[in-house]
Amino acid sequence: MSHLLLLVPLAALVLANVVPRSWRPSATWVAFFVCALQTVVVVLPPLGLADWSFLQPLDKAIGFDIALDGLSLLLLVSAGLAGMAALMASNPGLKAPRERFLFANLVLVALIGINGMAMVKDLFSLYVFIEVTAVATFILVTIRHGTAAFEGAWKYVIMSAVATVLMLSGVAFFILIAGGASLEAVKTALAAPDPFAWAAAALFLCGLFVKGGLVPFHGWLADAYMAAPAPASIFMAGIVTKASGVFALIRLSSAVFGDALPARWIFLVVGAVTLVIGAFLSLGQSDMKRMLAYSSVSQIGYIVLALGGSPQLGVVAAALHFFNHAVSKAQLFANAEAIEVSLGTLSMDSMGGLGSRMPVTAGTSAVASLSIAGLPPLAGFWSKLLIVISLWQAGQYGFAVIAILTSLVTLAYFLSLQRRVFFGKTAPQWEGAREARGALLAPALGLAVITVALGLGFPFFLSMILGGGQ
Amino acid sequence: MTLMTILLILLVLASLWASMTTLLLRATIALALASAILAVVMYSLGATIAAVLELSVCAGLISVVFVSVISLTQRKPFKDYVARRMSRMSRFWPLPVVLLGAGVALSFVHAPVQVALPLPSAAGDVRLVMWNIRQLDLFGQILILLTGVIGVLVLFKREDKDGD
Amino acid sequence: MAIDIPQSFWLYFTFFILLLVDGIWCMLATYNLLRILIGLEIMMKSVTFFLVVAGYLSHRMPLAQAMVITVIVIEVVIVVIAAGVVLGFFRAHDSLNVRNTRGLKG
Repeated sequence: MSHLLLLVPLAALVLANVVPRSWRPSATWVAFFVCALQTVVVVLPPLGLADWSFLQPLDKAIGFDIALDGLSLLLLVSAGLAGMAALMASNPGLKAPRERFLFANLVLVALIGINGMAMVKDLFSLYVFIEVTAVATFILVTIRHGTAAFEGAWKYVIMSAVATVLMLSGVAFFILIAGGASLEAVKTALAAPDPFAWAAAALFLCGLFVKGGLVPFHGWLADAYMAAPAPASIFMAGIVTKASGVFALIRLSSAVFGDALPARWIFLVVGAVTLVIGAFLSLGQSDMKRMLAYSSVSQIGYIVLALGGSPQLGVVAAALHFFNHAVSKAQLFANAEAIEVSLGTLSMDSMGGLGSRMPVTAGTSAVASLSIAGLPPLAGFWSKLLIVISLWQAGQYGFAVIAILTSLVTLAYFLSLQRRVFFGKTAPQWEGAREARGALLAPALGLAVITVALGLGFPFFLSMILGGGQ
Repeated sequence: MTLMTILLILLVLASLWASMTTLLLRATIALALASAILAVVMYSLGATIAAVLELSVCAGLISVVFVSVISLTQRKPFKDYVARRMSRMSRFWPLPVVLLGAGVALSFVHAPVQVALPLPSAAGDVRLVMWNIRQLDLFGQILILLTGVIGVLVLFKREDKDGD
Repeated sequence: MAIDIPQSFWLYFTFFILLLVDGIWCMLATYNLLRILIGLEIMMKSVTFFLVVAGYLSHRMPLAQAMVITVIVIEVVIVVIAAGVVLGFFRAHDSLNVRNTRGLKG
């Protein structure tokens, strides 16, 4: 089945381009169907509802060097959900039919890239799929030719190229030292106490930090998110930046680094710095998307911080927070799109009192905000708790305290967002604002339901995950 | 001073010229020259197919892309040349000095840490490796070329007044 | 080609660093978007060179060559997309001055 995950979106992409012009508007729904199919198909085996092993002869025939495991499932499901949300939101968000068609194509390409990232066993192939997703995302940012779009895209392109150089230098060192860049070769090279191997690993990690938007390489993220049209921001914030940067870190941490001390310290320090700086940068923002972008930086810091905790629990906590953040951030950006479509602006200083005009948007945004801030019984509470526990177990008391304190700052800026946008008196110019259309509400509602369900049912899920093995 | 060292020095000089020259077209030519020298270096190190690709793609295709974009974005009149050159030199003149210094400094590094070279495994032909072992990278190449096409459609096409 | 190839890692590493520094300086010290792209290209050339050297010194040339071929393909697509973004920027702002990219600050 692993090969189908790469080939089916490609087939859909080719199909969408060879059909007659008049059928093109359906491309969005074809892509939506592919994402939904991916989410459902991937979730069935662990629940014991389906067994896809009859597809193995197909995998052997094609013979790519990929492997599907528990961690891959996480990324595949998150990508499917974020893709569904972004595609559903693309119809209200992008006006021109040509833009919508190209959006669907690019999301399919990025999906193949992310699926590839989830399943590779080699550093260089990981790099190739990261680049595929990155190039698709560059184009997504510029799909609506605004003046800000090119600025944001340019910064993204340049920082991505810097990351490329860092990652490839690391790969080259690994070829020199270990004779290859596969995960096993890297693991053996790092196990022998070789400073060159750790230098190479540090180079590759720095490349991933740039891709993921960790401090001090976070400068491009806010501009890119802001400049992109809203459906593209949903997709980027929901999955792309996380998949390219942080998922690779989770994968490396569990498959290669294990309990190695230098790696844990790198994750602890970088994660903590990102966490704190991202949170404080969010406080002073007046544009909604910009605040959400810096909040993403901060949460990505949380995920990386978790990797520095106790080995097993740290990876589980990071993976869980990854999923929660994907769901909640995609939903918050969907809310932002709803507001942008109704109001035409995202400057929070001019907003106010939208709660009465846009009740569903307000409600779902409250759910996502509280979940990310870590309030029980929502999903984010559990992932943050696991992160703190894993840090405590590893003896990193200082970092655990930093994590808890920054949660308070997170709560502060989200409450500030809620207050500025939804509460208070309705400003006179927004008297006529209406709730967003169904196509925008459905993803927000769906993702909010997932957040609440995961939060309420978490103990059950946890026993299933820890019991079934991830 | 072997031939390889001379080639590498020429490579650095060509890219130095590409950074420091004021006119963009000259920089593009310098870049193409650097690509050509790199292709020769790669060929003599044994990467024959990669050298051919470097020559045709980087020295050829990328130069064409650069020249077309330069011609599409031509703005500055030539008479600004002297003023621009002065202001550029003030930012760029340390570069050759830094490079020379770095080169001299690094040449003294004969680190006791010898790079650990593993035993050579059964070397295959690069064509064998590409098609039989690393097909995933080939798949990635196909994908990225497709994406490039979509990108060209999005970025280079001017919007018509009558839609699409 | 019958030329004498040095086997010393540090020689090649020196030139890798020199090229890299050249590319980085070019990207940082220029005000023109296209020049930044040239600096980016120089940086990618340095990494391509280093990959080939790594393959040569560790007797893994087929593997390194396969990687270099993929990297060259990716590099050309990135340059084309970046050139497209520069073009779009130019059409929007009518200038290639990178000082105009401070508009998104906040």
